Amino acid sequence: MTASPISGPYTHEKTSISRTMIWVMVALAPATAFGIYQFGLPALWLFLITIFACVVIEAVSFYIAGKPIKLYLFDGSAILTGWLLAMTLPPWAPWWIAVVGAFLAIVVGKQVFGGIGQNLFNPAMVARVALLISFPLEMTSWVAPHPLFTEISPGFIDSLRITFNLQNEFDAVSSATILGHIKTELSRGITLPEIWVDIFNPFSLAVGTVSGSLGETSAILILIGGLLLLFLRIISWHIPVSMMLSIALLATVFNWINPEHYPHALFHLLSGATLLGAFFIATDLVTSPITKKGQLVFGAGCGALVFIIRTWAGFPEGMAFAVMLMNGFTPLIDHYIKPRVYGRTRKGEPIAYDSDAR
Amino acid sequence: MKLFKIRGGVHPFENKEATAGSKIMPVPLAKKLFIPLQQHIGAPAEPIVKRGDKVLKGQLLADSQGVISAPVHAPTSGTVIAIGKYPAPHPSGLPVRTIIIEPDGEQRWIDISLPYDDPFNLDPDEISARVAAAGIVGMGGATFPSAVKLNLRKRYQLKQLVINAAECEPYLTCDDQLMREHASEIVDGICIMMHALQVIKTTVAIEANKPEAIQAIEEASKDLAGVSVITVPVRYPMGSEKHLVQTLTGKETPARALTADIGIVVHNVATAHAVQQCIRYGRPLIDRVVTVSGGAVKNPGNYLTPIGTPISMLIDFAGGFKIEPARLIGGGPMMGQPLSGTKVPIVKGSGGILALTAEEISQKQTMPCIRCGACVTACPCGLLPLDMANRARSNDLEGAVKFGLMDCIACGSCAYVCPSHIPLVQYFNFAKGAIIEKQRGQHKQEETRRLAEARTIRMKEQAQAKREMMAKRKAEMAAKKAQEEKKLNAKQRSDAEASA
Repeated sequence: MTASPISGPYTHEKTSISRTMIWVMVALAPATAFGIYQFGLPALWLFLITIFACVVIEAVSFYIAGKPIKLYLFDGSAILTGWLLAMTLPPWAPWWIAVVGAFLAIVVGKQVFGGIGQNLFNPAMVARVALLISFPLEMTSWVAPHPLFTEISPGFIDSLRITFNLQNEFDAVSSATILGHIKTELSRGITLPEIWVDIFNPFSLAVGTVSGSLGETSAILILIGGLLLLFLRIISWHIPVSMMLSIALLATVFNWINPEHYPHALFHLLSGATLLGAFFIATDLVTSPITKKGQLVFGAGCGALVFIIRTWAGFPEGMAFAVMLMNGFTPLIDHYIKPRVYGRTRKGEPIAYDSDAR
Repeated sequence: MKLFKIRGGVHPFENKEATAGSKIMPVPLAKKLFIPLQQHIGAPAEPIVKRGDKVLKGQLLADSQGVISAPVHAPTSGTVIAIGKYPAPHPSGLPVRTIIIEPDGEQRWIDISLPYDDPFNLDPDEISARVAAAGIVGMGGATFPSAVKLNLRKRYQLKQLVINAAECEPYLTCDDQLMREHASEIVDGICIMMHALQVIKTTVAIEANKPEAIQAIEEASKDLAGVSVITVPVRYPMGSEKHLVQTLTGKETPARALTADIGIVVHNVATAHAVQQCIRYGRPLIDRVVTVSGGAVKNPGNYLTPIGTPISMLIDFAGGFKIEPARLIGGGPMMGQPLSGTKVPIVKGSGGILALTAEEISQKQTMPCIRCGACVTACPCGLLPLDMANRARSNDLEGAVKFGLMDCIACGSCAYVCPSHIPLVQYFNFAKGAIIEKQRGQHKQEETRRLAEARTIRMKEQAQAKREMMAKRKAEMAAKKAQEEKKLNAKQRSDAEASA
């Protein structure tokens, strides 16, 4: 009873930042586990190194900033940033990609802005974009699935050699992502129906038995995780739905105009980082708008940019760019889209009723 | 009836089970009763008794001062043993002027017989005058003098009376229980208030989690065409009068206006009961039902408590503490005030006394804001609590006002949902206090300037008057001199003529 006389309420929803972070990790777990299974031990090492590096770098940042390390480090945000970053990396990327990525995400993406809550851009996407631009070779070296416990999966020693860039005799089967493949083929003047024949298989895209980033391949498992977050109300439907609708709408319109050149909506939704981005990346609380209406605008913008980049820009995938660009718009969206205050008009004047209406 | 949706709101853990349905138990008299002179919004009452006076139950102890004020009465018969400063149920725990009575245990009433039989023959003004004289204030916690609200018909075209029986605060069940046990008196009180307000329609709004109360009021009002009971959804802050009116009518009360501006007067259900007791039996407001609850209390329940009973006595009557409470709250957990200790007395606005455990409060370390927008979604007033708090924290009061600080009703929904456990309401209260202080300072400054200017003008005028006076005197002098000279000249001339 000696507690300080601070204002109420004296009851609180069972919620905290770490609880939010933990549930997001739980939701990411199935897709992550599947990614590690299908790309083998090198993917596991990459995953662990990224998270470990993020936590260490975050701790060092707090130390330099003179913030209480114990209090802030265990809010789970560094682990989650590392986790998300790892999920968007090529599964057999070398260790230093993970470490450089972690540095970019935590220091450049977050701590220089003042730490959690202050960053303008999604830290994981800052890292991914910077890595992609700086190290295009490593960031676009995709391997075909090498599932664990199969003959083609690299063994323990081989996996360490892959991750740590040592003399490596392992014979990996490289494979382009489906988005990359289509982009290349289209640019060679081949039409979609011809490309489709050997590669488009909605089933394998949904399950995730295709090449791609560590955690992006299995549409179904990501969807399950996303639905869990929706169910727990950790995220709201506004961003995922508006984003997917906007991609689907644009894809459908262009596919209708020219089916030879523009893939249909289902392909866009199932391939690449669409679902991961819609449920886990664009919904990042810090860097998305605070109002539901603003979130609809934000999601639709992300979706449109993803479609535009995939279709007309130089890169086969545009999720990271799209989210970052829209992150940049978030303050503007929050400035213009505000809820109407009770008892006031949109302009802020007190509501006036006609005397008849009384 | 069609109900309208309000924006935002939260669903706090109700925790009403502990006291819901527990019969109202009268609390025995304490050894001393501490009756603060300010238990209401407005000017404090002024004592009309002295130390050593013998008083009877219901006797006027201190009279109201002005329109927005309320008198206080003796909760029992006894002796006035002191009039002085005593800690009040306010977060500061600062003392306020208080009359202390030592009961004689005889409970002898003052003469409260009424000069009329049928209150419906009374003039509406007479009813509100009696309500004012009985010291009745809004018993939902706001403690605004009820008579002032009954007089609103003079300035507004009223369409209906709304009885606020939502009781949306967690833990509290005092209104619920009052409705279950005293439904017919409440409905009678409602009819009296309708007569006083000269309206023919009343809506009693009760949250859906009180089916027994709904049934009781429906039963008691079934023969009255003008009174309808409406079940409103369970959602905090349903009991905020502007939001309740919006739920019922779909109309928002304009900013900085009263619900009366859209033709509606809202009274709390316990106020209706107090009005009935006053008009039918002449009894002033000297006791009230208090919910004593919280995880730290042994026997939570609803207790009919004389005003002025120390909280320690009430808690002892409720079996005392099971464990040391982490917080002692007056009112509900959402908008209640922390109490400085158990010495302070029960007042007219005390709907609940909660002794909460640390687990119930679940206050955690405050973390940085992650701009999740949960507060924006929860705010029933359409404000941006995170931006307001940011401005308040950096002492940018104007910025906070621009983000709607003055439209904030301090319901606490934002702080309730904040995952970073930021004490948002604390920031708002701080900023509101600072603004009031600033306005006071400004007012003082303006007054000083006005007085100084007036003084300068006055001085100038005085100087001017002085100068004019001087000039006048000078002129007079000159005239006199001229006259004298003239006289002298004339004399000289006449002398000269004479000598010639």
